[in-house]
Amino acid sequence: MIQGIMPSTMKARNSIKGSGRRLLLISLAGLCATGFSAGVSAEYADVVLNRLSDKNDVRPVIFPHWFHRIRFRCKVCHNELGFEMRAGANEITMGKIIDGQYCGLCHNDEIAWGVDNCSLCHSGKHGLKTGIRGSNQTGGPGRW
Amino acid sequence: MKFKSRHLLFIVAVWSALQAQEVIWKSLSEDGLHDPENPAIELLQQPAEALSQLPPDTVGNRVLWNRALREQYIQPRTNIYPETKIEVIDMDIIMEKTGELPLVLFPHRPHTEWLDCTNCHDKIFVRKVDANPVNMFAILSGQYCGQCHGAVAFPLTECNRCHSVPRSTFTGKPGVQSRAN
Repeated sequence: MIQGIMPSTMKARNSIKGSGRRLLLISLAGLCATGFSAGVSAEYADVVLNRLSDKNDVRPVIFPHWFHRIRFRCKVCHNELGFEMRAGANEITMGKIIDGQYCGLCHNDEIAWGVDNCSLCHSGKHGLKTGIRGSNQTGGPGRW
Repeated sequence: MKFKSRHLLFIVAVWSALQAQEVIWKSLSEDGLHDPENPAIELLQQPAEALSQLPPDTVGNRVLWNRALREQYIQPRTNIYPETKIEVIDMDIIMEKTGELPLVLFPHRPHTEWLDCTNCHDKIFVRKVDANPVNMFAILSGQYCGQCHGAVAFPLTECNRCHSVPRSTFTGKPGVQSRAN
């Protein structure tokens, strides 16, 4: 966001003359800041899983990490269920889920909705890349 | 005059940025991830519905997750299998190799409330003080603390939540802190 503001600030430094121009630049800076915020979107810690989905012509999975941590501590999925703590590192298939592995330990129509509700999990836009999303994620040389 | 307008512009720009950030918890159909054409989207819980009920933070999900847990706003399950051993460890570690920044205090307690020991040890951290070459570049690259912080736990913009012990006031010994202190 700071990057979005900087150019107009620099411009202001060099070329502000009258108050009309100043107002224009101020509004531009404002718009710029708002625009950049509107661009970011996903809830912090939303996980996109698209290792196999697009290839099989179904929507990618959006896993809401924030939703699950309200109900389960990290250790339930990342210890008991054996999920690696790296998006895309788990070789999850529908076969394994139906066998009760990974998501299938709970998503079995008993604890949570079962596998016949495809589009509740496979709910993402086509073409999304596997990874963790969210508006406040580190923008650095991250691996997310 | 020039000096003034430049500063005014900066203040307004920062203010606009802060105002823009007030729009939190986008609806699923507008989050850029979910396909709005998917009719099932109506059945999913909206982030605002769940997260607005929890103690507010200024970053991440805008939720103070540890407070939410401690004060029982949420009661997430610790295990599914009855035989799973649940360990919560109350031990702080102070790390001193932080350049000129305040020292890092790592509290095991809130971490083990959420995580199992094996999630971090020994895959991410060796169980020995000073045996892990943790540095901010690695963390920003998603290693060490950055495996969760910046991804699912509070983001790396919050320097002083970890760098929380001022060098000027710390008189103890770095490493494992005994409870007597």
